[in-house]
This record gives sequence, C-alpha cells and structure tokens, in this order.
Amino acid sequence: MLIELLELFFIFFKIGLFTFGGGYAMIPLIRSEVVDAGYLTITQVDQFIGIAESTPGPFAINIATFVGYNSFGVWGSVFATLAVTLPSFIIIILIAIFSAKILKSKPVIFALSWINPLTLGLILSAGVSVMLTAIFGSFDGLIHFAADYIGLAIFGIILLISLIFKKINPIILIIISGVLGFIMYSVM
Amino acid sequence: MAKKSLLEIFLSFFKIGLFTFGGGYAMMRVMEKEFVENKKWMDSKSMLDLLAISQSTPGPFSINSATYIGYQQRGFWGSVVATLGVVLPSFLIIILISIFLEAFSENIYIQHTLKGINAGVSVLIFHAWFSLSKNIGMNVTNLLLMVVGFAVSLFIPSFSVVYLIIITAVFAIIYGYVWKRGQVDVD
Repeated sequence: MLIELLELFFIFFKIGLFTFGGGYAMIPLIRSEVVDAGYLTITQVDQFIGIAESTPGPFAINIATFVGYNSFGVWGSVFATLAVTLPSFIIIILIAIFSAKILKSKPVIFALSWINPLTLGLILSAGVSVMLTAIFGSFDGLIHFAADYIGLAIFGIILLISLIFKKINPIILIIISGVLGFIMYSVM
Repeated sequence: MAKKSLLEIFLSFFKIGLFTFGGGYAMMRVMEKEFVENKKWMDSKSMLDLLAISQSTPGPFSINSATYIGYQQRGFWGSVVATLGVVLPSFLIIILISIFLEAFSENIYIQHTLKGINAGVSVLIFHAWFSLSKNIGMNVTNLLLMVVGFAVSLFIPSFSVVYLIIITAVFAIIYGYVWKRGQVDVD
C-alpha cells in the first residue's frame, strides 16, 4: 500500500514538474502518464476531460484528485494533489525569494519586455476561442455557421453588463452567466 | 504595509480557486479585481510579470500565482495557505464528483448552468486583456508580438506556449544586448 502510494506520488510529482502553463496542450502528456501507469483507461481519461472542463481549477489538479481518489480513496487524492502541486510550489518559492533581484536583472527585463505583449496575444486568443466554443459549440458549428443563439445571447448580455457596470465584481458576472444558462437552456 | 492575516490570504485564494472556470486567463480578471483593485496588494504591471513568470515555470497559473503572492504578503506560511486555499475548492469538488460521477455528467441542469458560465467567462478574458493591455506601450514591436502570440496559439494550438515564450525570450535578450545597448551608448 505504501509503495503504491509512493508510486502515485512520484508520477504526479513528475506531471507537476513537466506541465508548463495551464492550457490543454499538456493533456496528451498527462493522459499517457496516467494510462501507462494503469490508473485509468484512455476512455476514462477522455470522459474526465469533459468533467474537468466544467469544474473550477486547473486540469492537472483535477485529474490528480480524481485518479488518487479512484485508486486509493481520500488519502490517495490527498497524496496525488500534493504531489502535483509541490514542484511549482517549490520553484515559485525560490523565484519569490529572489524575485526583486531576478526581475531587475537586465536579461529578464529584456525578456519580459517582449514576453508581456506576446502574453497579451495569448490572452486574446484564449478569449476568442472560449467565445467561439460558447457560441458555435465546436469547429463544425463554425464552418456550417450553426450558432448556439442562447450562448450568443448570454455572451451579449454579460458583455453589456460588464460595459455598463465597469466596477462589477467578475465573480458576480460568473454567477449571472450560470443562472442565465440554467434558465435559458432549460426553458428553450 | 499592514501585515495581512493568514486567514485573509487563505480566504482570498479559496474564493479565486472556487471561481476559476475556463482556465488561467479567465481567472486573471478575478485576481485583478481582488488583488489590484480591492486589496491593492500589487499593481497591474506586476500582474503581467507574474503571468510571464508563471508561463515559463512548471505548474498551472493558479498555483504559481498563489504561491508567489502568498509569499510576498506573509513569507513561507503565506505561500502555504494561499496555495492550499486555491487548490482546496477544486479538490473538494472533484472528490464530490468522483463519488457522484454519473449523476453529475448526466444532470442536464448542471450542464445548462455550465454552458452559461462558459459563454460568460469569455467576457472576463476580454476584460483582463483590455485592462492589462494598458501596461504596454502600443508601438510596432509590441503590436507585432501580440499578433504573433494571438495567431500562433489560435491557429497552431499544438505548438507549445513554452517554446513560443523561450524563443521570444531568446530573441528579446539578443535584441536588448545587441541593438538597445548600442542606442544607449550613443545617448
């Protein structure tokens, strides 16, 4: 039991160490690790991706908790979640300790002056792709222009609210969009 | 600056962890509201730097930013409670879902609510983009870099963001040392 828990810890530590950024680009890596170790089948992982997309929190954390719980119950999920969190925790602590020095060093200033605008491009593309998914459902919907008008309406309403009430708390916007989705999709 | 209580740090990050739908970028707007506008723990520019650091280090943005901001506010224990706070909501939710797996994926009302949230979340991402954009000057280089980031991640999603950032950093450093230093010397 202890050996198996340590193995679980090690695998998720490795996943935590090698998954850069959030995003879904890392899903193939996580999938092969989890499937090769025999924790889940490919179908189970793919099913879980759908669930993870609809729950808060990053995918790496979600799947660690899920695999841990599935294999060893609550303690398994604690172990796996701890393991996947630890690498970034340690690395960021080190960066935070030296951050004043690092952020003021010349190469980092040069690098950040280009990475920051690049990152803004990444943010914009994330916004566009989330919006397209919400309005067209999938790439197929985009090609055939089969819009989900309820999704489009919710997008429009939330956009309007955020433009009128500029100071509104984004959490309120998330709650309103959830309520709108619940009412509009259920009624129509 | 007044010392923040560990509980305050924990609760702030718990709230953020609970509402991180749609990935790290959507969460930026929630964090900006909480830490830049309400609590004034950091400015908008450091937020952008934090995002850059987070993207070039392992782990998801929520963990990285919690550890970093927690450390800045209250040292080691600050980073521990912040990280715990941001992880706990998804941890608890996934445990609950693991127990009621089928009921969750087949409940249409839950699916309807989540579809609504997805539509709303994109607005938050645009909002984060808009307010963070004010931190960088709108010159040709910056616009070009923004277009590159936008186009590569939208049209070539299989190309890892990490490589894109490493390549950009290398060129930025070369450019900085070779051309900019020349300009500074002339000045």
